[in-house]
Amino acid sequence: MIVAEKKPIEEVIEMVKDYHKILIAGCNECVTVCEAGGKKEVGILASALRMYFTNQGKQVQIDEVTLERQCDREYLEELRNTIDQYDAVLSLACGVGVQFLAETYFSTPVYPGVNTLFMGATEERGVWSERCQGCGQCILGQTAGICPISRCAKRLLNGPCGGSTKGKCEISKDLDCAWQLIIDRLKELGRLADYEQLAPIKDWSRERAGGPRRVVREDVRQ
Amino acid sequence: MRLKYPDAIRIIRVPCTGKVDVLHILHAFEKGADGVYVVGCLEGECRFENGNLRARRRVEQAKTILDAIGIGGERVKMFNLSSGEGTRFAEYAREMTEKIQELGPNPIKSAKQRQAA
Repeated sequence: MIVAEKKPIEEVIEMVKDYHKILIAGCNECVTVCEAGGKKEVGILASALRMYFTNQGKQVQIDEVTLERQCDREYLEELRNTIDQYDAVLSLACGVGVQFLAETYFSTPVYPGVNTLFMGATEERGVWSERCQGCGQCILGQTAGICPISRCAKRLLNGPCGGSTKGKCEISKDLDCAWQLIIDRLKELGRLADYEQLAPIKDWSRERAGGPRRVVREDVRQ
Repeated sequence: MRLKYPDAIRIIRVPCTGKVDVLHILHAFEKGADGVYVVGCLEGECRFENGNLRARRRVEQAKTILDAIGIGGERVKMFNLSSGEGTRFAEYAREMTEKIQELGPNPIKSAKQRQAA
């Protein structure tokens, strides 16, 4: 899922302080799971902003809505009949949702309420960590299911580097060396011989280096 | 026991303090409560293992939000006691009431009155 974290409330206030009717729009998907922009977070932010503006002597209407997804037009359509009532929308979806909302409703100012961070997994409640960078050419089959692109600080394809000590990365003693994890798992799988095979040069044009990406599937396109 | 405690307090019963969410605390302030305190079981003695520890973290979260929006995080507090400590319950009630009286009323109430006028 996409992992995000709440923006500090002071930053949110600064963004929306000049508006009088604000819609806070949450998203029921990834940001709900990482507890940054789901229905509950929408409620908390709305309550806090209502109190802030009231205390400042400003009359600001703050409404709440949580869409199933903000990265799909069919769910964004739910706002079609009401969005014109608002001066601005504060979206608690990931950067994708914020942008798609802004694209869909071109004349309504849209602001982000979260900082979108990475594609990751829930290690435990309250702990999320990065697992994928969307490099466009998955090599997990060769690396025992552990991604050196997202989990090695240097994104090494043939690691580890000299900074790996006792299974930890030199940038932080709390960070596992991805290549140590790969070697350990290859050993466990009885595939340690695979480690000897050099990884070919990766086609980075399929990653962000090739500019913004797009997938067109004619077989499913309507 | 028939202990007295300040009558300004309204008790809201929950099955476990782990049920109390930041949202409940914020809504109480939004509706004009001058202060909110959560009274949970002693730490380490939660029947549901960590309900009171969760409540403490949520109270801390509410405190941060209330500070950020100018209401004052000191208006919310977490207390712990066992179900046999009626005397301590009354003490906490007095302590919190005195503290809130020092702080004065919730600024939201007067702001709303000004807006209505």
